[in-house]
Amino acid sequence: MIHPDHKNTPMTTLTQSVLAGDRLSLARALTQVENNTLAGQKILDALFPYTGKAHLIGITGAPGTGKSTLVNQLALSFRKLEKRVAIVAVDPSSPFTGGAVLGDRVRMRDLSGDPGVFIRSMATRGSLGGLAQATVKIVQVFDAAGYDVVIIETVGAGQSEVDVARLAHTTIVVEAPGLGDDIQAIKAGILEIADILVINKADHPGTESTEAALRNMLELSHPVQKVFRHHDQTLSLAEPNPEKNPVTQSVDLWIPPICRTVATEGKGLPALMEAIQNHLAYLHKFGDWVARDQARLFSEFDLMLQSSLLEDFRARIPAGKIEQVKNSLQNRQISPQEAVNVLLNINRL
Amino acid sequence: MTERKIRVLVAKPGLDGHDRGAKVVARALRDAGMEVIYTGLRQTPEMIAEAALQEDVDLVGLSILSGAHMALAPRILELLKANGQGNVKVFLGGIIPDEDIARLKEMGIAGIYGPGVSTEQIVSDFFLAANKVSA
Ligand SMILES: Nc1nc2c(ncn2[C@@H]2O[C@H](COP(=O)(O)OP(=O)(O)OP(=O)(O)O)[C@@H](O)[C@H]2O)c(=O)[nH]1
Ligand SMILES: [Mg+2]
Repeated sequence: MIHPDHKNTPMTTLTQSVLAGDRLSLARALTQVENNTLAGQKILDALFPYTGKAHLIGITGAPGTGKSTLVNQLALSFRKLEKRVAIVAVDPSSPFTGGAVLGDRVRMRDLSGDPGVFIRSMATRGSLGGLAQATVKIVQVFDAAGYDVVIIETVGAGQSEVDVARLAHTTIVVEAPGLGDDIQAIKAGILEIADILVINKADHPGTESTEAALRNMLELSHPVQKVFRHHDQTLSLAEPNPEKNPVTQSVDLWIPPICRTVATEGKGLPALMEAIQNHLAYLHKFGDWVARDQARLFSEFDLMLQSSLLEDFRARIPAGKIEQVKNSLQNRQISPQEAVNVLLNINRL
Repeated sequence: MTERKIRVLVAKPGLDGHDRGAKVVARALRDAGMEVIYTGLRQTPEMIAEAALQEDVDLVGLSILSGAHMALAPRILELLKANGQGNVKVFLGGIIPDEDIARLKEMGIAGIYGPGVSTEQIVSDFFLAANKVSA
């Protein structure tokens, strides 16, 4: 790894004060990064060598399941372990006006006044596909600023859940009883992204049946784990399975635990914290920490490469040429592949 | 692609119990395209200043119905300044006697709104103030 000091990116004073722990500078750096300004990009370049240490925890689930209340409790628990905690609370922007009301802080008032906690609210800004991209950058700033744990709350709405999962080391999916028998999130494939399942509001009726339904789905979606569980005594974790590469094998071995919590009272938090610590230990033991880090960085790189190449390509095509080609395409004079070839050939000249 | 959004903290300091007015204003600001960070009831000046800092807001809107505005509003201004956020504009909504309005404005409160004021007025004042902050 290149030592940070050997990078030739000049360090701005803002970046230096972020690294020195100045909170106003951190807040301002986050704004620049979120707005994707040139200054923000420079900040990220300079901070990047300092990233890669924080434990990224994603929390997702249907609206109102108690995610923010749970984040509040988790942060309190991590503070007891003297971990510095950053929270990124993401809420949707209005698709019509682009505005947003970001209300997650309402449930996190216990954390105020603690210099070891930093909460930042963030709107999706209509970039549903790009949400992970924007969030990745915010998380990197917190990581570099020395936060040990970064908790990311998103409202589960299908794709954004998957994006969060790709971003986080540990993804917690929050359900609540009484959301209907065929828990909607299950259909969205949410179980596949969960490292830990939480049934919050366990003080409400229906907790039993929700847990039974989840367990049922879990066993269906993780058949290999079910087998593994049957042979608990005979198959040791350390025994390599030659038919599988280490990464998929380790995926098979993690069985998402189901934790019950009452976030408003802090009930069930010790067990949830234990599940999180177990998952962290598992990530390190089986190489998933490295694998997830790599997947995240490479997908960020791929996306950036794609958009940069596209931008670069467009800039080199004469004005009106794309429209002209599209016109020929619509008139069925050329096929889509021929249309692409026409543009590629212009660029090669 | 760069995108700048006006960020506003809407807060309810003091002990009085309802936040209907604050929520109406929050929604109006959202509908005008702003990002509103809403903190809920019973915020201390310290909590408000801390949230304003972490969220790097351009503006703060306070709703105070308890009559404690002469204690709360100046304290919040003071804390914002101490945190290096003296450029953040602070607005106040509530039932404020005329003699207090003049003093609060002198102290640096950017705008004060009584019960009859339209949300359109508030939104347009907030836009003006935010554009000055960024300029
Ligand atoms: N009874 C009960 N209520 C809870 C529990 N956890 C949270 N709540 C309440 O549920 C409501 C929603 O809680 P939030 O933490 O805001 O839920 P959220 O999932 O973050 O909501 P969004 O961010 O709007 O999707 C609040 O009124 C909480 O007080 C719980 O364990 N039991
Ligand atoms: Mg929430």
